Amino acid sequence: MAKSAMDCVKLARDPKRPHLKDFIARICSDFTELHGDRLVNDDRALVGGFATIGGVKCLVLGHNKGATVEENMEANFGMANPDGYRKAMRLAKLAEKFHLPVVTFVDTPGAYPGREAEERGQAEAIAKSLEFFARLRTPVVVVVTGEGGSGGALAIAVGDRVLMLENAVYSVISPEGCAGILWRDGSKASEAAKALKITARDLKRLKAIDEIVPEPAGGAQTNHAAAAANVKKAVLKALRELAKVPVDQLVEERYSKLRALGNFYA
Amino acid sequence: MSWFVPKTEKPAIPPEKAVWAVCPKCKSHFGKDAWKKAGGICPKCNYHGRLPVRARIALVADEGSFEEVFREVSYSDHLEFRDASGSYRDKVEAAIAKSGETESVVMGVCRIDGHPAMLGVMDFAFMGGSLGTGTGERIARACERAVAERLPLVLFCASGGARMQEGILSLMQMAKTSAAIAKLKEAGLPYISVLTDPTTGGVSASFAMLGDINITEPRALIGFAGRRVIENTIHQKLPDDFQSAEYLEKHGFIDKIVERKEMKDFIAKMLGYWGF
Repeated sequence: MAKSAMDCVKLARDPKRPHLKDFIARICSDFTELHGDRLVNDDRALVGGFATIGGVKCLVLGHNKGATVEENMEANFGMANPDGYRKAMRLAKLAEKFHLPVVTFVDTPGAYPGREAEERGQAEAIAKSLEFFARLRTPVVVVVTGEGGSGGALAIAVGDRVLMLENAVYSVISPEGCAGILWRDGSKASEAAKALKITARDLKRLKAIDEIVPEPAGGAQTNHAAAAANVKKAVLKALRELAKVPVDQLVEERYSKLRALGNFYA
Repeated sequence: MSWFVPKTEKPAIPPEKAVWAVCPKCKSHFGKDAWKKAGGICPKCNYHGRLPVRARIALVADEGSFEEVFREVSYSDHLEFRDASGSYRDKVEAAIAKSGETESVVMGVCRIDGHPAMLGVMDFAFMGGSLGTGTGERIARACERAVAERLPLVLFCASGGARMQEGILSLMQMAKTSAAIAKLKEAGLPYISVLTDPTTGGVSASFAMLGDINITEPRALIGFAGRRVIENTIHQKLPDDFQSAEYLEKHGFIDKIVERKEMKDFIAKMLGYWGF
């Protein structure tokens, strides 16, 4: 029974879906969070720290969506300010220095559209992040676990392998936003979701992601352990493959993949 | 006062009949000819209005020096996108037929006060300057050719953001262009980004904000999220100068605000400082 795009959107946004904390708890044998961008703030919406996954030491970064309203108020619903992206870059630079891979968990409605976010350079932070991760000299594995909300997601989703959970969604704009503009009717979100081609299957066909990670029947929210096990298996496989690639070649192959998006290679 | 019935809709005045031009920023009225004579710059508040893409090229590139490149690179429709008003393909083909341009950025090799450069100018009139796969491809190719020929890159940005109709592939152009610019910088070449009115969304959040210097014109709108979206999120009114060139300069994100008539010389001066 094929799910519609809007079915996937609902599953991706389900409060019971596993979030960063759940994945970290189930996948990492240890996790040591580090804080701050060393400029103004510690963004609770984007969390990072050093960890061990299946014996592999790495840096973990991720959007911090909460399970309850209280958790979400603290974590700003996983919507990062510029401070979050600057923290991510600061920590990833350390990973590069010590030759550790970076594993990112993407699950955000988008970068926070706030006043201070604009004043502290939300656009600049995302842009800088894209430039930074494009050239980072260590493997980067990305897992889109829930909502891949546009630029706010992409800022930590530039990598060597982009994995996506089966029911996750990843889009340039929310279906509601798109419906409001192109259908002039916010209630046409289902049509917009379908047209935008935002499901894992769509993205694999468009070559925007590398691999779809299966979810337990009914969705990840029915069985956190099984979902996390699938993610762990896929992440370790990617890390094993990437560890064999000399770093110059790694960065060039990453560039070639980015370069081919839109399929213009003559 | 039942005899007083306010009209809720003003009758539309066709452009040929309009005698006034209104500054979009300060709302002052000017005679249409006076506005044209001022080169689209408001005589009252100095708002630098939007320029057609070829007019901008003429202002920046030395006369006769501009050779357009990558014109054959145009949009793609991998999503076969359709919305309430029809197909994306029809929409963009109509834009091409109407304007004679084939994408939202025009690239070319030229001289700027004698300095050879790869110049790109985004075209807000073409699909709102939106970033599609064709736009991203032109910018990436421009970076690669600039590296091959040791040219500085100068981009005039203007955009409403990523082009929705090309979906995730539009989003990915943010990463693609940023990566290409990173390589250009690694090659030791300059990249000057001029953020013109308006520069927003996925373009702000990628190549537009990655210049060695990010410069702009007076009172340009530069931002990430839309004002209304922000106001609806934070439930506060924002200052009038929010997301203006001057606001960004105050908050440390603009290297310099340059008057239009000084822009060409300013770019040439910076290239001269840097040995290009």
